[in-house]
Amino acid sequence: MATAPNSKPAPVKTGAAPFLQIKRVVKQFDDVFAVDDVSLDIQQGEIFALLGSSGCGKSTLLRMLAGFEAPTSGQIMLAGQDLVGLAPYERPINMMFQSYALFPHLSVWDNVAFGLRRDGLPKDEIETRVTQMLDLVQLKAYAKRKPHQLSGGQQQRVALARSLAKRPKLLLLDEPLGALDAKLRERTQLELVDIIEQVGVTCVMVTHDQEEAMVMATRIGVMSEGKILQIGRPSDIYETPNCRFVADFIGSVNLFKGTVEVDEADHVVIGSPECKHYVSHGITGTSGMAVHVAVRPEKISIQTTPPRDDERDSPEEIGMNVAQGVIKDLAYLGSLTTYHVALDGGKTVVKVTHTNAARRDATQLTWGDRVYVWWCGSDVVVLTS
Amino acid sequence: MTASVKSISFLHQRITGIWGRNLVIGFPLAFLLVFFLFPFLVVLKISVSEMDNVVFKDLLVWSDGLLQLKLKLSNYIFIAQDELYFQTYLSSLKFAAVTTALCLLIAYPFAYFMARSPADKRPALLMLVMLPFWTSFLLRVYAWKMLLADNGVFNNMAIAAGLISEPIKMMNTPFSLVLGMVYTYVPFMILPLYANLVKMDLRLLEAALDLGATPWQAFWRITVPLSKSGVIAGSMLVFIPCVGEFVIPELLGGPQTLMIGRVLWDEFFSNNDWPMAATVAVVMVLLIIVPLALFNKYQAENATGDRT
Repeated sequence: MATAPNSKPAPVKTGAAPFLQIKRVVKQFDDVFAVDDVSLDIQQGEIFALLGSSGCGKSTLLRMLAGFEAPTSGQIMLAGQDLVGLAPYERPINMMFQSYALFPHLSVWDNVAFGLRRDGLPKDEIETRVTQMLDLVQLKAYAKRKPHQLSGGQQQRVALARSLAKRPKLLLLDEPLGALDAKLRERTQLELVDIIEQVGVTCVMVTHDQEEAMVMATRIGVMSEGKILQIGRPSDIYETPNCRFVADFIGSVNLFKGTVEVDEADHVVIGSPECKHYVSHGITGTSGMAVHVAVRPEKISIQTTPPRDDERDSPEEIGMNVAQGVIKDLAYLGSLTTYHVALDGGKTVVKVTHTNAARRDATQLTWGDRVYVWWCGSDVVVLTS
Repeated sequence: MTASVKSISFLHQRITGIWGRNLVIGFPLAFLLVFFLFPFLVVLKISVSEMDNVVFKDLLVWSDGLLQLKLKLSNYIFIAQDELYFQTYLSSLKFAAVTTALCLLIAYPFAYFMARSPADKRPALLMLVMLPFWTSFLLRVYAWKMLLADNGVFNNMAIAAGLISEPIKMMNTPFSLVLGMVYTYVPFMILPLYANLVKMDLRLLEAALDLGATPWQAFWRITVPLSKSGVIAGSMLVFIPCVGEFVIPELLGGPQTLMIGRVLWDEFFSNNDWPMAATVAVVMVLLIIVPLALFNKYQAENATGDRT
């Protein structure tokens, strides 16, 4: 998959203390470390996504921010205030729950007003704020309805309005669009980002859906087994993953196991059973080290003839970053075609995606065709862990 | 599969479906008709019948080409005018209401605790609630007699401990009556409440806390309103049988605890005035049907409102 464009670059505030600081937080359930020594700084106005598969600890971390779980150790600071020890109802934080948790016995209006009433705001103030919120999510006409009389998308917007009504310092989203079907999700993602940015609230979201994270978040933290493996902008995480897990988790990737043969400051050569890899940047490693070479499927070219020398990035690459094989599988997906190529002399199957830019593709590759697959040394990532 | 085969199998399914449904609904319906509606009509007939020594006179009399329907309404008029019956109904409703309120007060925390305990412990707790049903209801009420009597277990223990010098009169008082009824009916309140509370989505409470409600506010604003149908169902299950309760007032009640069930019994078996007794019964059924009808209406409204 390709990285979706973000509506806004990550706001970078150098020097200022981070708005939300998670310092060495540990959460232990019996013998299991659900969250294992996580530290994280989030800037004001950011939309930060915690991305990981189920059981990776992302939800536990979110629940600690909301106050439903207490950390075993560590500190959580929001705008200079220590949150640990504060009950959920004492925190300037609101959460949009997975599948919304709207109060079924209350109308849309009363759902949105619930938090404001608990704060004991004057009646007319509540009135204006609820109206404002329902305007924001375009549900004014549905104020008197009960949640079960709304569609999934409308319920999601009520949940958003309810969580924003108290003007929280921090908004938490737990799988915000998980309950919507695919088509609606795509549209709602950008809608949601628009509203959050309009309000200007700092936001931490939790999702297992990498596309959702990439579309919505300014930065992503990839989590596995209670630890954050990598933090970065969506493009950083996709293009320069720092370990095999991240490379494999975000999008798909071809991994070649090999050893470093030439280790120079500006390039390295890695030998693997399939081919020699020329990498046009230096790595932190030594000659003879076992590494993985990661190449994204869309970075690979596929054709029946060997690549011409003048097509290559640099003369040094000639004879490297190229392999021969047979098309084993082919999937036409409309916008692109995916090929699975079984390479000669090994068990490796390489996944290649080819964008169908023209209506009738000239190559017309099919099952059983012998092909060359090749890529540029600058598109390769070397993973040492 | 061809279209005709499909439609035939569909038809087949339709027929068995309708038959199956009618059978399932029809059986309890027939049961109620035979064992409830028909006896009730008999009672209704007796209540408006004239007695001729030991036989009831026919309601319809045919003589000289004249068909007469004779309804004796004097019993109803008597009930409406007689202060004693009025007081008895009132006191029955009062005792039933007090019992229901006390049951609710005891059962709600109990059911709440059960519903919130770990899932693997709930069947055992449920079993404990139902355990008393394994012993005869009569025996259990008799046991209270032993406990509460002037020289019963409680009084003897209190005297032995030096807390009191004279036995406290507990038996045959409103106290012993209400105690017996609450004791007997509390499981009927616990079970529907538990069934309701255990279904509740706990994330709603988290959402309430997240929005600034204290746990106490969350309980009153979310848990209580959402358990309304359980409260109503439990209250009906306690209130309705309590109004007509006979055994407990007979065994544990006293002169101050007038209950309609006992009056009914006296009319039938002491006075042998069956039409009067039947009238008392019919009026009681009407008194119970009114709240039941209200409850059903509420349930129906809820059912249509909650379905999406």
